[in-house]
Amino acid sequence: MNGGMLEVVSGRHNAGIDPGLHVWGWEVPVYLFLGGLAAGLLIWSAWIEIASGRRPESQALRWGPWLAIVALTLGMGALFLDLAYKVHVWRFYLAFKPSSPMSWGSWILVLVYPIAGMAGLGGTSPEERALVGTALQRVHLDGVFGRLVGWADSGRRPWLGASMAVGIALGVYTGILLGSMASRPAWNSGLLGPLFLVSGLSTGAALLLLLHPTPRERHQLAGWDGVAMGVEVTLLALLLLQFATSGQSGLLALRELTVGAHGASFWSLVVIGGLLVPLAVVLLERFRGLPHTPLAPILVLFGGIALRVILVSAGQATGFRAL
Amino acid sequence: MTPRYAMVVDTRRCVACKACVLACKAENQVPDGFCRDWLVEEVRGRFPNLSAENRSERCNHCGHPPCVSACPTGASHVAEGGVVLVTHHKCTGCKACIAACPYDSRYVHPEGHVDKCTFCLHRVQEGRQPACVEVCPTECLHFGDLSDPDSEVSRLLATRTWKVLHPETGCEPNVYFLK
Repeated sequence: MNGGMLEVVSGRHNAGIDPGLHVWGWEVPVYLFLGGLAAGLLIWSAWIEIASGRRPESQALRWGPWLAIVALTLGMGALFLDLAYKVHVWRFYLAFKPSSPMSWGSWILVLVYPIAGMAGLGGTSPEERALVGTALQRVHLDGVFGRLVGWADSGRRPWLGASMAVGIALGVYTGILLGSMASRPAWNSGLLGPLFLVSGLSTGAALLLLLHPTPRERHQLAGWDGVAMGVEVTLLALLLLQFATSGQSGLLALRELTVGAHGASFWSLVVIGGLLVPLAVVLLERFRGLPHTPLAPILVLFGGIALRVILVSAGQATGFRAL
Repeated sequence: MTPRYAMVVDTRRCVACKACVLACKAENQVPDGFCRDWLVEEVRGRFPNLSAENRSERCNHCGHPPCVSACPTGASHVAEGGVVLVTHHKCTGCKACIAACPYDSRYVHPEGHVDKCTFCLHRVQEGRQPACVEVCPTECLHFGDLSDPDSEVSRLLATRTWKVLHPETGCEPNVYFLK
C-alpha cells in the first residue's frame, strides 16, 4: 500500500464463515487420519505377504485388513458426524461426480470393504475359520462362509493385489480431497495426495509395529517405515518449496504453516516430533543396535494425526479474502 | 441465445444502506444470523488522501464454479442463465462446496443444507428483477443478460471501467463492480 492503509469492513457475519472459515472441525482430520491408517494397513499386510511369498506369521499382519476395516469404519463414523444434513447421507450413493474427489472417495470406500474382507479372510488361520464357521452354523450361514473362504484362498494373490490397489487409491484420495481446493492456499497442491499416502503408509506400519509382529516382520516393517518417513520429509520440504514459489497465495500458505498461527505446532508436532525424532530412532535401531521400543511408532501415529489436524485448520485459515 | 445472467454493482452510487441485504432476507426467508448478500466498505490511501468503495457482494455465480465441481451429490449445479443453485434435498451438508468457494459466499442453513444467493431466479423467471436490485434506492445494482449486447448490464460493462473480485482464481465471476 506504499505506506497507505487498507481498511476493509464486511457486514457479513455468517456462522462458520466469518470472521474465519471454520466449517470442518475435528471430524474431518480424524477421518483423514483413519483413512490413511487403513490404507497403510491394507498395503503393508498385502505387500509383506507378496514380497515374502508366504502367509504372515504374526496375528498383527494377518489381521491387518480387519484392522483397516475397523479404522475406516471409525473414520466414516467421524465423517458422518461432520455432515450437517445427516439424513441425506445416502445421497452420496445416488451420484458419481468425476470432478468431485469426495464423490470418488465415497465409491472407493465401497470398494475397500469387500476387498479388505476377502484379503482378511484369506489370512485367517484354520482355528479362526473353524471358530467362525461353527458360530455361523447356528444361523445357517456356514455354507456361504465356506464359499467365501474358498474364493479368498483360490485367488489369494489377486485379492492381495486388489487390496494394495484400493489402499493406494484410499491413501491418495485423502490428500487429493484437500489438494483439489484451489480456494484455500494451504491446500492448493497436488503434493498432498502422495504426502497423505506416505503418511498413511508410515502410520499403518507404526500401528503394526505396536502389535507384536515377529522379529523378521518387525525388521521389514521398521525398514519400510523409515523409508516412508524419509519420503514424507522430502514431500513436506517440496510442499513448502512449492508454496514459496507460488506467488501471493503460496506465500500466505507458507507463512501460515511456518511462522503463522500453525507454525509452532507444525514444526514441533509434525516435523520434529512426528518425523525427525522417530526417523532418528528407527535409524539408530537399525544401524546402531538400539533396542526396539514403542517410542518411534507412537510418535509416528501422533505425527500423522497432527499433520492432518494442522493442515485442515491451516487451509481454512488461508483464503483469498486475506489477499 | 442461451442467457448469461450477471449483476453489475456501481460502487460510485452505493451508499452502503444495506437495503439489498434486508430485501434479500425478506424475499428469501434467510434465517437470523445469516445473509446471502452483504456490504463491504473498503477505505484505502493515506489521510487526507483517502478513497472509499462500497460493494454489495454476493455469490459470484462463476462461469467455472469450483463449488459445483466439488459437490459429490450434484446438489450444487448450474441452472438457467449460468445461475449456480443448491438443490436442498440433494445436499448432505458435507461443506465441500463451502471449502471450495474462494469468495466464502455460502453457509450452512440451520436446516442442514448449504444456502447461498440464487440471483432470485424465481423472480427472474417471472420477468421481475432480483429483490436486492428492485429495492436499491440509489439504483446501483443492475441485473441482466450478458449474452444480449443491448442489455443494460452489457452496455454498462462496455462503457465503464469495471473489475471482478479475485480474477486470479480463474472462476470467471459474473458479478461486476463499476469503478
